[in-house]
Amino acid sequence: MNDLFVYTLRLGDDALIAAQRTAEWIAAAPQLEEDVALGNIGLDQLGQARTLLQYAGQVEGAGRSEDDLAYFRDERDFLNVQLCELPNGDFAQSIARLLYFATYQHLLYEELRGCADETLAGVAGKAVKEVAYHVDHATQWVLRLGDGTEESHRRMQAGLDTMWPYTAELFTSDALVERLEVAVDPSTLHDEWERRVTQVIDESTCARPTSSYQHSGGREGRHTEHFGFLLAELQHVARSHPGASW
Amino acid sequence: MLAGMDSFQATIEADGRIEPRDAMPEGYRKTLIRQIAQHAHSEIIGMQPEGNWISRAPSLRRKAILMAKVQDEAGHGLYLYAAAETLGVDRADLLDLLHSGKQKYSSIFNYPTLTWADIGAIGWLVDGAAIVNQVPLCRCSYGPYARAMVRVCKEESFHQRQGFEILHTLCNGTEAQKAMAQDALNRWWWPSLMMFGPPDASSTHSEQSMAWGIKRHSNDELRQRFVDMTVPQADVLGIRVPDEGLTCDEETGHYSFTEPDFTELYEVVKGNGPCNQQRLAHRVKAHEDGAWVREAAAAYAEKQAAKAQGSAA
Repeated sequence: MNDLFVYTLRLGDDALIAAQRTAEWIAAAPQLEEDVALGNIGLDQLGQARTLLQYAGQVEGAGRSEDDLAYFRDERDFLNVQLCELPNGDFAQSIARLLYFATYQHLLYEELRGCADETLAGVAGKAVKEVAYHVDHATQWVLRLGDGTEESHRRMQAGLDTMWPYTAELFTSDALVERLEVAVDPSTLHDEWERRVTQVIDESTCARPTSSYQHSGGREGRHTEHFGFLLAELQHVARSHPGASW
Repeated sequence: MLAGMDSFQATIEADGRIEPRDAMPEGYRKTLIRQIAQHAHSEIIGMQPEGNWISRAPSLRRKAILMAKVQDEAGHGLYLYAAAETLGVDRADLLDLLHSGKQKYSSIFNYPTLTWADIGAIGWLVDGAAIVNQVPLCRCSYGPYARAMVRVCKEESFHQRQGFEILHTLCNGTEAQKAMAQDALNRWWWPSLMMFGPPDASSTHSEQSMAWGIKRHSNDELRQRFVDMTVPQADVLGIRVPDEGLTCDEETGHYSFTEPDFTELYEVVKGNGPCNQQRLAHRVKAHEDGAWVREAAAAYAEKQAAKAQGSAA
């Protein structure tokens, strides 16, 4: 398979699956302002996913559209990291994921906007501003929850701990990113990511998670048990009417 | 200069706007609080039947539009609660009244969204009916409410078009898609007609609200306007309004139609609709699950304020 296609798919799948989870908060958030904010963030993620999947389809050259890629691939063909597919859990857990993921995306897009591929550079240039807001939103909440009440502190710590073992996968390098010139080698982003995330966690009075075990497999299409249900829900209407337009 | 209630009456008679600091009769204030709060509650409860389809929207473009639409409704809720707060109430108290069932929301949201076509039908019929109800409210005598409605109506008109467009695509699609559209119209037609409230003869709040310039047209007038607007659109879609008695008066251009069964409306208002309990339970759960988050935010703000004071001292 074409390296650029696979690389673009990885970024697009991350954004799509993140959007699907974020959207689950709409009409269920702790307050109305948060329904609006998380709606915004989900829309940003979905917008990034759409542009990336359109581009992936174009690069592949087999005539697949964003919807073909989103709705008519099976579990093992999705290349998103497992972090994005994990269930939302409570609000603190979702916020922990957003902090980890958006901080990674921010560093990634900052690098990618200077790459030689015009489309990827363009997507990154637009998205970097969006994810800067996501990082800020997550940061504000980690601080409030970490240094709020006893209960919120306990929940924030648990959220950070639960999501932590899924973060190393974001930074795993492989032969593809080494071969593909326009790709950002994610391993080069790790130290700065850890510095930024640790700073927020420290300020929040939570402790940096210590788990050394790290999950992996998403980039090879090996996912968690949760993922099949997410996809079933996302895809079922489209798959029930193959060939239909919506 | 007229003082107090004389000034209020003069403003109403001159079709001017009453503003938050102006004197107003207690009944006027109470009526508006009730109406604006119920309107706000309708926006946020209305997020549920549509939010129900975000995860399953059949294309990414539709998913994005639907997310934006439900987000708009949260925004409408926010500024309607803000408009109510200008009358001296708190959003938190109004939410408590919703959660305890003491204040209502539009009964239309107690019907379930069963297929993707229902998302089209809600946009086309429910938002269409909302526009007919709400456009006159842009001229409501209470300034903050009227101004909020100007913005709400602009967004609702976009929502209505996207609903029509969903159905238009379905009606020009496969047989199964067209059947889905017809089924949605069959189920949403009568509840949509009931959105205008009971017939004029039995409407309890109408007369005083008309005198105060809160309400501009009667329920039956608005219902007629909605039918006249909607039936030709159904013809364009190529689906049939489920009313055997529907005829067009060539002379007046108005449709005559069968009255909906208002006993159903009264039942749903009482709590006996298909989703009353589900909608309220979902709202209460989101609120209760979020309590620790709101408490944390308040505690954090207090700590920060104390720190700022400490460092200033």
